Amino acid sequence: MSATAPAPRAVARVRLVLVSHSASVAEGVCELAAQMAPGVRLVPAGGTEDGGIGTGYERVEDALRAALDDADATAVVLTDLGSAVMTVEAVLEAEPELAERSRLVSAPFLEGAVAAAVTAHGGGDLDVVARSAEHAGTMFGAAGDGDTAPVPETAVGSGRDAGAGTGAVRTVVVPNPTGLHARPAAVLARMVAGLGVAVTIDGVNGASVLEIMKLGAGQGSTVEVRASGTGAAEAVDAVVGAIEGGLGDL
Amino acid sequence: MTLDVTWALLWVRLTAESVRAAKDELTELDRVIGDGDHGENLDRGFTAVSAKLGALEEQPARIDEVLKIVATTLMSKVGGASGPLYGTAFLRAAKVTGIPELDSQGVVALLEAALEGITARGHAEAGQKTMVDAWQPAVDAAEAAAGAGDDPERVLAAAARAAADGARSTTPMVATKGRASYLGERSAGHEDPGAASTRLILDAAVRAAEERG
Repeated sequence: MSATAPAPRAVARVRLVLVSHSASVAEGVCELAAQMAPGVRLVPAGGTEDGGIGTGYERVEDALRAALDDADATAVVLTDLGSAVMTVEAVLEAEPELAERSRLVSAPFLEGAVAAAVTAHGGGDLDVVARSAEHAGTMFGAAGDGDTAPVPETAVGSGRDAGAGTGAVRTVVVPNPTGLHARPAAVLARMVAGLGVAVTIDGVNGASVLEIMKLGAGQGSTVEVRASGTGAAEAVDAVVGAIEGGLGDL
Repeated sequence: MTLDVTWALLWVRLTAESVRAAKDELTELDRVIGDGDHGENLDRGFTAVSAKLGALEEQPARIDEVLKIVATTLMSKVGGASGPLYGTAFLRAAKVTGIPELDSQGVVALLEAALEGITARGHAEAGQKTMVDAWQPAVDAAEAAAGAGDDPERVLAAAARAAADGARSTTPMVATKGRASYLGERSAGHEDPGAASTRLILDAAVRAAEERG
């Protein structure tokens, strides 16, 4: 993906299939991710066919078929516990035509789903969406590693470049009562992903919903918005304007 | 004497009966070192297999058709890890049994394919207190018996005996794979439920060969 990435479609090409031992967990995570990425098809596959705790082959197969209903659709599959992985692998082994267009990722179920959904909403392809899910696993790992967490590659490239060379930088006060929490963070990340310019918010990747949330920027806190390269000033102005505008949360 | 679809159907029926009879015992083993659902899960799975076979208008004509139905049904109906594990085992076994009758080498191929499916899915090795500790010696014994010129029934019998010994050998083991590994040292002292159910399944295969007449 590059600065010439196409604008997000009404429904993103990459879909998510969420496989959990519990129907409630799969549906709940879909519900949460859907709020942050309304343009992504999220298909839950939770519990056994008779409503119990576990994972079911047909449920997973049906969910994959539902996710891949368009000829050009692809799917990232997230799982919770061990036997959910085995069930997905069994389905993919038995159904090669589904396996061709699917990617089973090793990622934390909730954080991975949110990160992948927002990236998919931004128009990321299968590789980029899968990577954003897997990267989510390194973000909430050992306590204290946050300061050294690498800026992930995303649909708009690495935010590391933003500090170097010709660039633009502005500070802005966060007006939202709850700060840059989940939903406004998702709105911001989607917007940044659509700009096609690498933007950082307080040094973290502005296109990553998880990194923005992890800043813990509360109401009244000041954050620094940086960008570099062509369109940097316009991008920074747009992001500052969006934050000042409350990101739909005021 | 070769084994045909009649044997396969009888194998499935006897397995279902065996699992039903041992349901509480398997669940108790799993309660101690797992999540306590192996007996019920497997019983539900094989009950569904029997129902599916019983509802067919025309009985399967080949062994692989029977094994494919077992595979897909177990994967659908068994909620725990044993669903995809046994499901993949029977699926891989079906792939090598698309022939009218099995000779001794055919039995070996079936068992080897099943073991490959289990290790592909579960990534376990012998000695980790899993069903592989029953399947691996079963395959080894079957290969030896077939190599010595035994007929299919005796090859199965050798495999089943080795599986039973293998299952018993899991009792003192400390689990390093699967749910029981969460318990560490405390997993020692109980037979692995997956190895125990493997013993039942292979024992049923032998009885099916004997009873077929």
